Formats: sequence, C-alpha cells, structure tokens
Amino acid sequence: MTGATIARTGPDHRAAYRPATFGDVLRSEWTKLRSVRSTFWALTVTVVLGIGLGAVISAAAAHGYAKSSVSGKLSWDPTAVSLDGIGIATLAIAVLGVLAISSEYSSGMIRTSLIAVPKRGRILAAKSLVFAMVTFVVGEVTSFTAFFAGQALISGHAPHAALGDPGVARAVVGAGLALTALAVLSVAAGTLLRHPAAAIAAMIAVLFVLPGIAQALPDSWRNPVTEFWPTQAGGQLASVHHAAHTLQPWPGFGVMCLFVAIVYAIAWTLLDRRDA
Amino acid sequence: MIEAHGLVKRYGSTMAVDDLSFFIRPGLVTGFLGPNGAGKTTTMRMILGLDAPTQGSVTVGGRSYRDLPAPMREVGALLDAKALHGGRRARDHLLCLARSNGIPRSRVDEVLRIVGLEGVARHRAKGFSLGMGQRLGIASALLGDPAVLIFDEPVNGLDPDGICWVRTLMRALAAEGRTVLVSSHLMSEMALTADHLLVIGKGRLIADASAEEFVRSSSRQSVHVRTPQAAELAARCRQAGAGVRAGTSSDVIEITGMDSAAVGRLAAAHGVVLSELIPVKASLEEAFMELTRDSVEYQAAGAPR
Repeated sequence: MTGATIARTGPDHRAAYRPATFGDVLRSEWTKLRSVRSTFWALTVTVVLGIGLGAVISAAAAHGYAKSSVSGKLSWDPTAVSLDGIGIATLAIAVLGVLAISSEYSSGMIRTSLIAVPKRGRILAAKSLVFAMVTFVVGEVTSFTAFFAGQALISGHAPHAALGDPGVARAVVGAGLALTALAVLSVAAGTLLRHPAAAIAAMIAVLFVLPGIAQALPDSWRNPVTEFWPTQAGGQLASVHHAAHTLQPWPGFGVMCLFVAIVYAIAWTLLDRRDA
Repeated sequence: MIEAHGLVKRYGSTMAVDDLSFFIRPGLVTGFLGPNGAGKTTTMRMILGLDAPTQGSVTVGGRSYRDLPAPMREVGALLDAKALHGGRRARDHLLCLARSNGIPRSRVDEVLRIVGLEGVARHRAKGFSLGMGQRLGIASALLGDPAVLIFDEPVNGLDPDGICWVRTLMRALAAEGRTVLVSSHLMSEMALTADHLLVIGKGRLIADASAEEFVRSSSRQSVHVRTPQAAELAARCRQAGAGVRAGTSSDVIEITGMDSAAVGRLAAAHGVVLSELIPVKASLEEAFMELTRDSVEYQAAGAPR
C-alpha cells in the first residue's frame, strides 16, 4: 500500500471529469435493481401468479359459464377473466416498488445514495423510471401470455375473445399499463413513508382493504367510491365489458395517473426537504 | 478545502451544533474531535448535504455540496460502514455508486484492490465483519479519486493491523495534497494521525489548533522531582509561586507552573539533592480530557474528575 496506488490522476484532476448526468443515475438505479435477489423473486412471482392464476380462473369461469344466469352471460368478459390473475400479482409489484426505496432507508443505504447523488429529485425520478420500465416489460409479457393461455382454456366451453375484437387489444396492453402506474405509486409510497412495513401496509390498504370495505357500504356510498377509487378506476383499462358505476377505460386510467402524480409530488417534496 | 460559517443545527430544543465556523485546509489530516454526542456526525452530515443547517452555511471547494456537478469526484465520504444493502455483492455496491457519477467500471476493481477486498468482491455485504464493512466504505470514498475526504470514526471495529492501515492511508492521502477530515472520540488515535485538530463539545468549537499547539496550551504540564529533601524543595517552590502536589511516595513531588530548568536552578541554589528531574508533558489525551470535561454530555455519576 503506497500513496502512488491511491492516486490515479492526483488531486488536481478537476478538468478530467464530466458532470454527472441523469443518465448516470439511471444506470446506477438499474444496477441497484438487478443486483438484489428480491427483484428476481418478486418479478418471478408476478409472472407466475399473473399467468398461472389467470389460467386457473379462466378454466373455472369457462366451466361455470353454461350454468350462469342471463345477466352473468351478458356481462361475460373473457378478456378480463384471463387477466384476473394480474390483479393478485400487483401485490408483488407493490412490495418490490416499496422496497426499492424503503429498504434503502431501513439499511442506511439512502445516506450513501444521497451523498453520491445529492440532487434528490434525480434519485426518485431515476428509481421510478427504471422500475416503471421493468414493470412495463414484465407486465406486458405477463398479460399477453395470460390472455392467450386464458383464451385457449376458455374456447370450447364459453365464448372467447380474439386480440382483433373491439377493445381487447387495449385491455391486454392496459393490464400492463395499470401495473406500471401502480409501480410508480409504490415507489412514491415507499419514499413518503420510508419504513418498509408501513409502506407495504399502506399499499395493501389502498389496493385491497379499502375497496373491500367499500363493498360493505350502502349503494349510495359504494358506487361513487368504486367508481373513483384510483386503483379500481385504473383497472378499468383491463376490461372490455363496461359495468355499471365504473368509469370508461381511459378516464379511469386518468384518475389513477392523477392520484399517482399527487402522491409522487408529495414524495418528491418531502424527499427534498427532509433530513436524510 | 471545507469552509463553515456560523453553522447551527437545532433538533427541537436540542442544539446539536451551535455557531460552528472553521476552515479545513488541504494537505493535512484534520482530526475532528469531541466526546460522544458533541455534534461531529451532525456537522459532517451538514457538510455532505444530508441535513440542512438551521442557520449558517458550509461549502466544499467553494460550493455547497448539493451544487457539486459530480460529488464523488470531489468529495469521498465514509459516514457509516453499515449504510449499505446487505443483499448486494461488494462489487455491485461499488458499481452502483460509480455509475451514479459516471466513474468507469475499472475503477471499482482498483479501489477493491487498494482496500484489500478483491478476494470478497463477489460476496454479499451482509456477511462482512465490521472491519470489512469499514474497508468497503473507504473503498467507496476513494472511488471518485476526490480532493476532499471525510471519514466518520473510520477505525471503529478495525483490528490493530487495520487501524495502522487506515492511519497510513490518511497520511498518504493528505501527503498527496488532499483535504482529509477524520472524526474520532479517541484522542490517542488522533495523536498518531492528525496534523491539525478541531475540537468540539456540546456543538461548540473548543479548539482549532495544530496538534502541537494543542498540547502546549494545556495547563497540565508539570515537573516530576524525586529528592530526599522533598519538603524543603516544596516550600522553596511555593515561595517562587509554583504549585506543588505530593507525588506517589514521600520523596516525590509534582511541580506545576515552573519548568524543569527553573526547578533545577532553584534546587542547586539551595543545595537540594535531586535524584530525578523529569518534565512531564500532558499527553494529547489528557489535554483533550481537560478541555472537554465541561462539555461531556453523558457523564458517569461520581466521575473521579
């Protein structure tokens, strides 16, 4: 160990380097995401649940179709049925998104990260963008596979859908898009709440618990809640059949995106102002 | 260089840092000393833009940390060796950091070699000992080959070999003209490493001096004398205005406020036979204890001094 091995260019090297860019931070966040094992497992769970559960639900629903009521047959949506598994798989994405930043708080890595990139907005933007892109790819692969597998299981037992039917391609792509919006929401929630357990609990509440409670409310309360609840509104993008008291697909997704934008803006502001 | 002006950090009603101003020069190892809870880490966090000062400002190389275009190229920092994701391999951890500042991948292997971790580069950090964690933290500080280095308690958890290595590294970095700021609550460690000392207690600056000046200014310099005529010499010294304390045995006295030459002359003038005449310099450690005695935040009840 001599001094000579420490210095590459000596301390007077300021002209030798370029400023760090947003692209650098993106590459850093990509390296972070791919270098922990939880990423691989959460994405595997997403794909397996999304496709496997979708197949099980499709097969079961197709067999029940013949015995279902007229109204049941009228609202039969083979596309939405085949994409149902993704609704459960969202949980894995939500947990992974929350952990992407809250695990940095629980381990202390956030301080190391913020010393490396003191422009804090960049970290949040890069983390969200990388995770959103990964989720989009995984989400689309899952929804297309689940769709084709589901339709293969449904055909012969009940009317099935084809990608060229009206609204079907939008619903299949939409399932991946809704998952991507949720990915950004969970990174923002993790930033906001900082504690992994608290942020995961909050995501479960938003995704499953609060909509579940709404079901127990009287109609006059329940209908507007289910119509405008962000995650449910966003989910309309993945259905072909339009049920009563739900928003149209794109306005519904718009509500979800607006909600994500608000949470994201709060997270951004707090990250910038709080002592790390 | 690092420059602070009237730095204040208040957490609720607690003053963590109270009107701190300093200038840390390049080419020296500056020891940042203070008892636990004195505000060392808070100050470092403010330098690195993690905490916003309540008042005042601090700059690195003339700019506030958040405005540095490529922070890791200018400042390397080790605050907490455990501030990393334990599930990530050592090499990946460094690669994440290198990428964020556009530092080439080859530099990652270089710093792993410098800190002696190349053998465990592919091991996950959670299996690392505290000492290995410190080495990994030092590696990340060196990644950008920065002109300014900030280390918070870098020898914590290191074995004697590791401590010696860190000491050599700090000195080598300073010798290359870099600014090196090292915090510690152990004066004995700083005595061997630091050229300059910045001492704080309860958030306030107590001393800003070279290590040598620091010891010299201490009042704990004394002269140890062994003589069969202890009582007589003690009386003569007191007459001359010096302070005298009884020593470890009846023929030993400790004289303060008079240097050894003066004591020798006084003894000769009165025919006092001396068998030992030893100037006793306060150690850096003692000078530190004396200086910070009033500002130790958590003191044991009935502490002997």
